Amino acid sequence: MPKVDLIEGFRDPCHMKALAEIIAKECHKKINIMEVCGGHTHTIMKFGLMQILPKNIEFVHGPGCPVCIMPKERIDHAIALASMPNTILATLGDMIRVPGSKTSLQKLRAEGKDIRSLYSPLDVLKIAKENPDKNVVFFAIGFETTTPMTAVLIKDAVEHKIKNLFFHINHVTVPEPIDVIMQGGDAHIDAFLGPSHVSVITGYKIYEPLAQKYKTPIVVSGFEPTDVMESVLKIVRQINEGRSEVENEYKRAVTQDGNVKAQELISTYMEQRSHFRWRGIGDIPKSALKIKDEYGFLDAEIVFKDFLPTQEIDDHKMCICGDILKGKAKPFDCKVFGKACTPTNPMGSCMVSSEGACSAYYKYGSLLEKGAKA
Amino acid sequence: MSKKILLSHGGGGEETQSLIKELFFKHFSNETLLKCEDAAVLSVSGRIAFTTDSFTVSPIFFNGGNIGKLAIAGTVNDLVMMGAHPKYLTCSFMIEEGFAYDDLEQIVLSMRDEMLKSGVQIVAGDTKVVPKGGVDGLFINTSGVGEIVCEGISAHNLQSGCSIIVSNEVGNHGACILAKREDIELESELKTDCASLWKPVKALIDAGVNIRALRDATRGGLSAVLNEWVQTSNVCIEVDESKIPVSPEVRGVCELLGFEPYEFANEGTMVLCVEGGEEEKTLKILRGFEETKKASWIGKVSHLYKDRVILSTPWGSKRFLEPPKGELLPRIC
Repeated sequence: MPKVDLIEGFRDPCHMKALAEIIAKECHKKINIMEVCGGHTHTIMKFGLMQILPKNIEFVHGPGCPVCIMPKERIDHAIALASMPNTILATLGDMIRVPGSKTSLQKLRAEGKDIRSLYSPLDVLKIAKENPDKNVVFFAIGFETTTPMTAVLIKDAVEHKIKNLFFHINHVTVPEPIDVIMQGGDAHIDAFLGPSHVSVITGYKIYEPLAQKYKTPIVVSGFEPTDVMESVLKIVRQINEGRSEVENEYKRAVTQDGNVKAQELISTYMEQRSHFRWRGIGDIPKSALKIKDEYGFLDAEIVFKDFLPTQEIDDHKMCICGDILKGKAKPFDCKVFGKACTPTNPMGSCMVSSEGACSAYYKYGSLLEKGAKA
Repeated sequence: MSKKILLSHGGGGEETQSLIKELFFKHFSNETLLKCEDAAVLSVSGRIAFTTDSFTVSPIFFNGGNIGKLAIAGTVNDLVMMGAHPKYLTCSFMIEEGFAYDDLEQIVLSMRDEMLKSGVQIVAGDTKVVPKGGVDGLFINTSGVGEIVCEGISAHNLQSGCSIIVSNEVGNHGACILAKREDIELESELKTDCASLWKPVKALIDAGVNIRALRDATRGGLSAVLNEWVQTSNVCIEVDESKIPVSPEVRGVCELLGFEPYEFANEGTMVLCVEGGEEEKTLKILRGFEETKKASWIGKVSHLYKDRVILSTPWGSKRFLEPPKGELLPRIC
């Protein structure tokens, strides 16, 4: 295989300028594109794509940040689990920064609770083996991208009979919230940028029913700037030609069927929940996974049921993260954005995670303030 | 069994004396230190710069250096960034009982070698040994004094039209520590940039380069320095993103985990603000030294957006470079 520079090769200034020119030439009407995934929001903001695209291309930021869509009661679960005696709670990335109803994992860690922020989920096995006299709970989050890694952990825990490792599963899935947003009918979305890494696992087939049902183009796109530009061009052409198909721009990683082995692993150990409450959106049927009943002895929600709070908690009244996650508003529409709500003191979920739309706007977007109202 | 540092080594008695003599005096040897007085008596001429820093890095040993090298280069660089010739250091060791003697000696030897690069001397010191868990292996504090040889270098001195230069690739130290801490295996070598910067800065001063401001881009990286400068001098810095030197390894680690190389720490890389028109001369001098041979012009001072740093992409879009905030946490997917 020829050696390809997977970073600079997809940031070539000539390609970027050429793509911007072609899009400007071919795009004749206003197109609202929802990028489902927080990673795309970041690419768009970090590389200033809105500044080189024609004004009638508008990005609407979707619900694709796994930390952002986590309702407060689930974070309170993590906090309750980490507060149990003799327990180590492990989770990924900026989950530890997210405030629950009273505190955050980060603050709890400063109080002396054993909370680990991992780079690789597989580190959980090592932690469990090194601490046989403690309960280790893995607070698993993420879309389809990270689910297979949790499935591998469950497999190992079962096969090696690891007695002190438990799982609190918060894995969510992409198609169901898209369905809910489109059913609402008030988000005005003409096309979707399909997620990159989720699609590596699931394959792009999962979007085909949505493209048909809502007559909306969906282009699965890579995360690099030329990926997003090329995907926008594909969307423009579909709309010009009256097509509404699923197209795959991220061919170097995504196939129609995806990673079948990973899918099998997931379905061996996990199954759909009847419903899951998404922060800002509400209950969505069959939009998340749980451990199968036969492995219930590993499920922290069953084993530690008595420790877990049950009350549902909504966001602060001033926070419009719900509307942002549904594509009805932009961060600059929010009265508390950048004032009472900042990455250091986040009020809402979209500010708390570095993958959230508000965080991306705060970090990269202030130069664009005028043109970025929804 | 290998020799360990014991609590008795910090007790002030015979064991303390033998540790000081056989290790610290032996390798840090100089006239002032060997006098064994309660304080060092020093002669300096003119105005002095005075600074202190504590070093707590984990892991203690990493690719291209260790905590000792860092403790010398870090404090030396703080003096150099004020246009001072580093002269004297104090050094305190806080050692966890059970620390391997051989490791301590290796650290002391690196400190000796690093001091040779600027001619600075340790003239006073202190050793404490604390019970297990009191510190994480070894902490070192160094304080330093230097004689000002170039007046007027200050973060307040940036003016529209000045040029901004970085002396090396950015982010190497931060990425190297992260990769070692998290067991991230890379095909090629990622090494700290840890280095004393006296020699290249002296060469700039000797050549009469009009240096407006200097700062080593330690914690918070390039982004922190540029943001501190624009706020202190009430100016704008416009940076051409494609000109910032970043090694492919650092770029890879950042892309993998969702970090910005501009926010990663450096330990031997400085940012310079020089008079407009002097950038070629500056670069030519810097590129003559190993530790600054990848120096690059990255941007200019202007009045476009006061108190802000602007990054321009090669395809013409712009964004603010925000100062780093909070704990560095990897992205999830």
